[in-house]
Amino acid sequence: MSFLLPCPNCGPRPVDEFTCTGEVTIRPKSSPTLRELTDYLYFKRNVAGIQQEWWCHRQGCEAWFTAERDTRTNEVLSVEVPAER
Amino acid sequence: MRLPQQPGERLDRERPVEFTFHRMKVRGFEGDTIASALFGEGQRVFSRSFKYHRPRGLLCCQGTCPNCMLTVDGTPNVRTCVTPLTEGVHVEAQNVRGSLGNDLLAITDKIGGPFTPVGFYYRTMIRPRRLWPLYEKFLRSVAGLGSVDKHRGREQRYDVEHRHAEILVIGAGTAGRAAARQHVAAGRQVIVVETDPTRMDAGEGFEVVNGTALGVVEGGLVPVDAGALLLRYRADHIVVAAGAVEQPLIFPGNDLAGVMLPEAARRLVGRWSLKPGDRAVVIAADQGALDVVPLLEQAGTDVVEVVDLREQRLRQIAGKGRAGRIAGVELDGRRVPCDLVVMSGGRQPAYALLAHAGARVEYDRERGIFAPLDLPDGIEVVGAAAGEVGDTTVPAATFNGAAKKDKCFVCICEDVTDKDVKRAIAEGFDSIELAKRYTTVTMGPCQGKLCHVPSIRLYARENETDEATIGTTTARPPWQPVELGLLAGRPHEPAQRTSIHHRHKELGAKMMWTGTWRRPHSYGDPAGEAKNVHDTLGVIDVSTLGKLLVTGPDAAEFLERLYPNRFGDMKPGRIRYGVLNSDAGRIMDDGTIARLSEEDYYVTTTSTGAGAVVEWFEWWNAIWQMDVHIVDVTGALAAVNVAGPNARELMTRLTDLDVSNEAFTYLDAKHAHVAGVPALLLRIGFVGEVGYEIHLPSAYGEYLWDSILESGADLGAKPFGLEPQRILRLEKMHILIGQDTDSESNVLEASMPWIAKLDKDDFVGKWALEHVLERGFREQLVGFEMENGVVPLEGGQIVVDGRPGGRVTSARWSDQLGRAIGMAWVPPNLAEEDAELTVKVNGSVEKARVRLRPFFDPDGERLRS
Repeated sequence: MSFLLPCPNCGPRPVDEFTCTGEVTIRPKSSPTLRELTDYLYFKRNVAGIQQEWWCHRQGCEAWFTAERDTRTNEVLSVEVPAER
Repeated sequence: MRLPQQPGERLDRERPVEFTFHRMKVRGFEGDTIASALFGEGQRVFSRSFKYHRPRGLLCCQGTCPNCMLTVDGTPNVRTCVTPLTEGVHVEAQNVRGSLGNDLLAITDKIGGPFTPVGFYYRTMIRPRRLWPLYEKFLRSVAGLGSVDKHRGREQRYDVEHRHAEILVIGAGTAGRAAARQHVAAGRQVIVVETDPTRMDAGEGFEVVNGTALGVVEGGLVPVDAGALLLRYRADHIVVAAGAVEQPLIFPGNDLAGVMLPEAARRLVGRWSLKPGDRAVVIAADQGALDVVPLLEQAGTDVVEVVDLREQRLRQIAGKGRAGRIAGVELDGRRVPCDLVVMSGGRQPAYALLAHAGARVEYDRERGIFAPLDLPDGIEVVGAAAGEVGDTTVPAATFNGAAKKDKCFVCICEDVTDKDVKRAIAEGFDSIELAKRYTTVTMGPCQGKLCHVPSIRLYARENETDEATIGTTTARPPWQPVELGLLAGRPHEPAQRTSIHHRHKELGAKMMWTGTWRRPHSYGDPAGEAKNVHDTLGVIDVSTLGKLLVTGPDAAEFLERLYPNRFGDMKPGRIRYGVLNSDAGRIMDDGTIARLSEEDYYVTTTSTGAGAVVEWFEWWNAIWQMDVHIVDVTGALAAVNVAGPNARELMTRLTDLDVSNEAFTYLDAKHAHVAGVPALLLRIGFVGEVGYEIHLPSAYGEYLWDSILESGADLGAKPFGLEPQRILRLEKMHILIGQDTDSESNVLEASMPWIAKLDKDDFVGKWALEHVLERGFREQLVGFEMENGVVPLEGGQIVVDGRPGGRVTSARWSDQLGRAIGMAWVPPNLAEEDAELTVKVNGSVEKARVRLRPFFDPDGERLRS
């Protein structure tokens, strides 16, 4: 992996400056069943296609943001800082 | 041995260079490569081949083929034809038993016939199965390239540099330079990368960098091998001007020393004034080989026969060797004695970099080449790499003729003959990708530069189809073999040192790594240092603790959501121990949280966890969007813990604060001046004695350290390191994250149920912990003491009913207690005071008793006093 990721603050930067915590998941609201909990914790959708992900520009501005990335081509379609949503 | 100076000679004849070849002193000149100097000394055989140990001489002279690979100063597989000669290098042959001239293993060439087809070892030497390791050892020793000296250690330091160019031109040949000039004229910043160090002259307005582009990988990244430096180029626009690779002709004996490609002859004469041979035969499918004829004549070589395959069809070419060197060729049955054959089978565009970038590659029937098509955006190709290879004829797949005499090599790197390829086809390897893997054609050091096209041609002929139908194999980086060290680079994880580091060194501390931090293991006497804490006063540098300020109106709520603990009810000036969980309920980190004021919290983390905790905090806040600020002050603040019966007395001397037990109780946090420096004091007791953690600007770290040791000298103040701290904390049964816990541990099973306030609405990990309660405990973390005083190994087994049932996570001898103590994960039914444990120690089993309360000062009376 050596694609460029457009950091909302710093612009396009090499992907190795970032950490990724995977796809954006929805945390269950309250007291989930074991099934709901394990779904949330372990069963990622892992799509071959466009996916929303959490990224952090760890070796840069340290900001967390979400990115829309095509997992097949590593093309990043958009990025968004949650605070500015 | 040298010719008179040739035009364009690269030698400085005034400056001889001496080096050794097999412990013999030999000489070359400044400007020579190692291979050219050896050639000048009469050496014609440079290596023995991969499998058959056939003698091999200079073939390409441009760093492509494996023939000139020698071991230089202990580094194997050095392509000596492009390695500049330096004074005093030690050069040795490799993959040889005996000498280059008389390699005992050359017997494989003579008798190997039926025993050495492709895949032979793997089909034949697998039975009996248990002997394979033996076979393998034998095969590894007789086949292959140079061997790595495992005892040599790391001498070479590799580095990585990130660079940017508007226009990156790969190749400084005519086409590359023309493209560079064009882009410069358009006002762009241009960098040209060139492998050949003799083509370095800078152009007008652009820089030429000496290095080899290894590929064009994702995101337009071009890694460039520049010796011990890996340049990672990002460019807005890439121009590939990598030229074309001269292809060999495939005929029996085409690997004999003295058979070479045109460029080899050109360089030997032109650069180093060496005469490649006395009697030459030139066989050409394009202009390449014809162009060297005048050069050879000028060097005094008698060119006895010139065959232009464009005009004259040849059915059979056969090289005749004597002692591994070419002695003559048979051309359609006519014998021509010679000691040099210059052959050119046309030039194949070097499209690999373009293919890496995603270009399509298609066969051009007219010219017999594979040419790049459909370039991706931002990539351009010029010159020979684009397919401009001049007027050429498509040579025959092989020039075997009827009577075969010698082996006919399709791939000289891996010693693959035409027979091997035919056999692979006969065995049913009908796709070029599979055949490649089976025969290993194109998988040697040249990476297909010399064998890719010939093997496809042969494949097409044998399958009675054409090259376009066969297609090519996938081109992958690296384009040129690269030292692994260069890819590994230098670790960029920096060492972190505290502001008191130099004091530790002066005190003779034995330093150790904890994460990226350098910390004192001890100052020479761990047991004595631990005793000193119990008896008088110990001082430890805890600057490595992660330190975060969490401030804002939502700070309390934020921490309550992150930690299983409760923080909202804390009074300002109080401290609470907290354990951070993941949403899966797993323990991530621990530390203390001090409430400094209504909206300000001071959070400490483990030494190694600071970065991850900051990231974790920030991430959750990116989701929650609470009104809270997280500031990492780890590096800004130093921290020193003073602990022991005399700690309070020391603090009275260093500060005006009332430090009486009533005014400053256990788990209080107070701001005060310590030795005149504004500081935050935390009264906590990781090591089990009255203790104060002093946090202050790191610029004052050394000063505070000195002040403590000075004013506490009569109180017995002595530093202690991590090892004594580990003994002391174990006596208190305080866990160490990552030592006593792993990625599966949760606070409930780690015997800290009071941490988890499950009546809170929500916190990260709450639901998972609830499910742990529902399913019941699978194991539990407990303390134990050994009955006979033997200290088990950390990681040692707890045996339950003759089976592994648990594991020791920490174990130490405690002088204070006079016992061997530890912590272990055990089945829940054994997690009872006094339960008997069986611990495996050095193969035998020993008894231990479970302890659920701290070994030392179980009620914390000393700590709170």
